[in-house]
Amino acid sequence: MTGGTRVAVWGALLALGLAAPFLFPAYLQQIATLWLFVVFALTWDLVGGQMGYNSFGNVVFVGVGMYGCAVTQIGLFYSVGAYTAARGGGTEFVFNMPQYLGGLATGVVAGGLLAVVTALVLGSLVLGMRGHYFAICTLGLGVAAGELAAGWNWIGAGSGMTAPTAPDALDVNSFYYYLCFILAVVTFFATRWLLSTRFGLAINAIRDDEDKAEAMGLPTTRLKVAAWMFSGFFLGLAGGIYGNMNRFIDPNDLAFAGSTIGVWMVLMAILGGKGTLWGPVIGAAVFQVFKELFWTYLLGWQRVALGLLIVLIVVFFPQGILGYLRERFPALFGHTIDPDPAGASEPEEARP
Amino acid sequence: MSALLEVSGVSKSFGGVRANDNISLKVDDGRIIGLIGPNGSGKTTLFSSIVGFHPIDGGSIRFEGKEISQNTVPEIARMGLLRTFQQTRIYSKMTCVENMLISRSMRGRAFTDFFRQRSSQKVDRADDLLEFVGLFSKRNLMAGSLSFGQQKLLEFAMALMSEPKMLMLDEPTAGINPTLINGLIDRLRRANAEFGITLFVIEHNMRVIMNLAEHIYCLAHGELLAEGPPEAIQNDQRVVDAYLGTH
Repeated sequence: MTGGTRVAVWGALLALGLAAPFLFPAYLQQIATLWLFVVFALTWDLVGGQMGYNSFGNVVFVGVGMYGCAVTQIGLFYSVGAYTAARGGGTEFVFNMPQYLGGLATGVVAGGLLAVVTALVLGSLVLGMRGHYFAICTLGLGVAAGELAAGWNWIGAGSGMTAPTAPDALDVNSFYYYLCFILAVVTFFATRWLLSTRFGLAINAIRDDEDKAEAMGLPTTRLKVAAWMFSGFFLGLAGGIYGNMNRFIDPNDLAFAGSTIGVWMVLMAILGGKGTLWGPVIGAAVFQVFKELFWTYLLGWQRVALGLLIVLIVVFFPQGILGYLRERFPALFGHTIDPDPAGASEPEEARP
Repeated sequence: MSALLEVSGVSKSFGGVRANDNISLKVDDGRIIGLIGPNGSGKTTLFSSIVGFHPIDGGSIRFEGKEISQNTVPEIARMGLLRTFQQTRIYSKMTCVENMLISRSMRGRAFTDFFRQRSSQKVDRADDLLEFVGLFSKRNLMAGSLSFGQQKLLEFAMALMSEPKMLMLDEPTAGINPTLINGLIDRLRRANAEFGITLFVIEHNMRVIMNLAEHIYCLAHGELLAEGPPEAIQNDQRVVDAYLGTH
């Protein structure tokens, strides 16, 4: 792409994202969810695609962000225990506009930071494992986190938590739409920046051959934990927003929803193309469209249809949309044979 | 000349198998030293022991006078002691240039250095070294799409990129087209002479190692069998017997 078309494409995408609430007001929440899915898929792919560590536990960071945010929002002004005991309803727990917005901002950031700390601790423990062992172990993390949250009375235990009620003056639908959109854009550019640094090359090296990376002197453990922390941060932010958007936080069906969001984020990244920047974005968009179609037109059978889609993708399309394009048209992705510089010797392989 | 690498009394067993038994040898700075021995004589195990891939059972390993037998693989690599693998190991889903860029020296660099952009100076260096091994035209191809011999050359170039003080090569000519071997020997010599890299080479091809090395150690059944200049090793009856299987 030339510079001009590049700017035009960026501008068009940005304009579409900003104008969506006016163009498709009926689908506002679905599109907002799509932006969160983009965050989920991008951050999953950083660890699963770019670094080759297939994690089924990234949903833990979503849950930690969700609870961390809600607890901070409430805790700033009320007693969390009293709030959860009262099921968050009633007239005593009212948040005015500055309290709501200030609490939300603090809460989302706190949720993100809490997820980073969680990633640091869990990463140091489980990132020593490789391949299938790591995948299975992270699967357990998600389940364990859900059980822990469901047993902790202070945060509502099994009956969950209700996010603070927004003041009436706030147009919550548009507000959360733009919050999700901004988060997706920030996550995209942060990931793009990270992949353009030596860090990006280093985690690719770990994906391709971790023993070699170690033999070449790369501090693999620190790199792996750092990548997971980066991923955890944006998932934590997303979780904080998601919880408020959804209003009700359930420990197993939303916060630590391993069998839905936890698997979906893997699927979206694979569908779009693991280990590419745009793959997870495209995968999230395609997935969300299919998901909404299934839920609308195949109600009752939506999970069967989704399961079928998962099977079809994994069996027939494992390299994903961008992965397929890169395989078919390598030159588009810059994988070309260059002429030797003048005066250089013949390429080695040309000789018999 | 001072000893860059000093291995004294190193032993390593895997279960009941003594892969290395009380091995002592030294590699002087700036030289090309060979390591030969029949299959299963413990050459690769010794390499792995030196670079910290597995803990040793006894003995000491010193690099530049510092004990390194307790250090981890990345730590030893960052000191400038690097090994290549018998089965080539490259980053197959990255381009050749990317393989080169991530291989540059890590010595004395902070972790924050990972968050810098790739420097054009390093890209130039990567291109130069790819040209040095004859892979310049393939620089933007995925490393995994190269032939086995080319991957070996890439691995060698990656090692040079990281500017090691000492490079331990595990069978650099195995699997390489015989017509290319002379070119590779020439490049190994130039790496030693021009870049000042000390070489410690495992090799099965006798013509290659006798040509290349100034001093050769021979292992058999995990023990050091003989050492000396190439001519002496070639005529050593114990070495001949070991290779013919009468040992």
